[in-house]
Amino acid sequence: MSDKYTSNELLICLASRVMEDGTTAFIGTGIPMLAASLAQAMHAPNLVAVFEFGGTGAILEKLPLAVGDMRTYNKALHASGICDIMETSQRGFIEYGFLGGAQIDPYGNLNSTAIGDVLKPKVRLPGSGGGNDVGSCSWRTIAIMPHDKRRFVEKVDFITTPGFLAGPGAREEAGLPGGTGPYRVVTSLAVMGYDDETKRMKLLSTNPGVTVEQVIEHTGFELLMADRIETNPPPADKELKILREKVDPDGLYRGK
Amino acid sequence: MKSAGKSIPIINEGECPLINPPDLDAFREWNRKKTKKLIDKRMTDEEAVEKFVKDGDYIGFELYGTVRCPLSLTRTLVRSGKTDFRIAGQGVTELEFLLSMDRVREIDFTYMGLEVYGVSSVVRRAVESGSVSNVVEWSNASITWRFKAAAMGIPFIPARSMLGTDTMRRSSAKAIECPFTGMKLALIPALILDVGFIHVSRADKYGNCQIDGISGFSFEMSRACKHLIISTEEIIDTEEIRKAPDRTIIPYYLADAVVLAPYASWPGEMASYHERDEDHYRMYVAKQKTKEGMDEYMKEWVLDLPNHQALLDKVGMDRLHSLDIRGGSK
Repeated sequence: MSDKYTSNELLICLASRVMEDGTTAFIGTGIPMLAASLAQAMHAPNLVAVFEFGGTGAILEKLPLAVGDMRTYNKALHASGICDIMETSQRGFIEYGFLGGAQIDPYGNLNSTAIGDVLKPKVRLPGSGGGNDVGSCSWRTIAIMPHDKRRFVEKVDFITTPGFLAGPGAREEAGLPGGTGPYRVVTSLAVMGYDDETKRMKLLSTNPGVTVEQVIEHTGFELLMADRIETNPPPADKELKILREKVDPDGLYRGK
Repeated sequence: MKSAGKSIPIINEGECPLINPPDLDAFREWNRKKTKKLIDKRMTDEEAVEKFVKDGDYIGFELYGTVRCPLSLTRTLVRSGKTDFRIAGQGVTELEFLLSMDRVREIDFTYMGLEVYGVSSVVRRAVESGSVSNVVEWSNASITWRFKAAAMGIPFIPARSMLGTDTMRRSSAKAIECPFTGMKLALIPALILDVGFIHVSRADKYGNCQIDGISGFSFEMSRACKHLIISTEEIIDTEEIRKAPDRTIIPYYLADAVVLAPYASWPGEMASYHERDEDHYRMYVAKQKTKEGMDEYMKEWVLDLPNHQALLDKVGMDRLHSLDIRGGSK
């Protein structure tokens, strides 16, 4: 087994390690799917993958290419529809929600709608999809993103999906369910959490070979620091083997 | 319609006017007049589009992206020349076809992207150039709850999505405090489609439909349409429907037309029938990156073909059969 790994492989492993056995997790297209599949094979055989268009409890043997495709309910426990899934989340059944976006701010608010003014966008992005719903009602959301200054910005151009909005108490004030909100940000450089009091993003651990200074340099806002910054273990041989041989044998997402 | 009620204060509201305000009493009258007789509704794509779709209609597609897409009807709609549509937006490929031909005036937008393959260049060109005059934002849950409200025959559904975000600000939702609990809620307005398009696994000639796999939002959308056009992989006897009535997700009285269209979702997938045609889809993804490429694609794969059978002939039955998964997943 090679000790080299791609940036995506590392992201997949880091996201996978956050997933707990016996919990429910909203899974979106791309890296969260691979992470869920890897987690099922490694430490979380009873991770219940929930796909927004109706697949619940699939065994992720083949990589889904879309959040509604047949693989999202492969040998699943339930194939229902989007209302049932979103209402299940609204009732408090979904623990984790995995999200992505083009921009994130210190409070974990995500933009996947437009770069620039939404009325005259420089780049029109795909829109909320289920993102806003996942970010509103999952207990804990985890954002997975490449880490650079264009994405980690003081103020996102558009809040598509709610993080902590303007800060402490803002979610509750807006009417979002209590006790919900951003939990982790997993990136190509580091893993971040959020400060309990200020609700601002806080660096918890850096990826192998990445310094705290590099993380700060690639973040467009002031990042809080945990008392002790850990280093994330690199992908283990077993993780890479499963990832390359079972999860994504065609290398669709792993990258070169 | 009566004027809006004033007794529960609106604490926050989206800045966009509602594209297609629902009239639930008129919808009741419409549904009362819709025939409940068991009549043979089989027709061609062309007859269905000609009979039930007109310029300026508010239309919607189910499911989305490359999953169970009513693309034979969409291609026919493009060829018909009908235009000026208002659309509920997550039927990705369907919308790309229509947007590339400049047939869309307004969008209730949820998700328009290519998932694994990134952003839709067609959507970028249409929205960034301003060729679509009005874009209103929603989430996937909220747009489906809009159908659900119409399906329930009520003007809105309260929900805990959208709140506090720019998605809410750029929508037509309104927030209130619940008169029972004091909880803040987004009110998601009902959406009634002039015409809905759904591709199903099996239907009888009257329009009783079965769908394999996830149901997406077919249950809700089918009940929120004035006209519903069904395309189907297979037409089965009503006896088969009656043997398993619990499988009927769309009952006949909702449907106006039943079109036999095997492989209608191609190059997308169809649960228990066929896989997605990845090679063709990748070629499409590459073509849609430029206007010229998309124009070429539309000419070759939509405009130059007279009907769905001509498309199947062009693709070739050998290739289509190579995607088959009848009798189980590959």
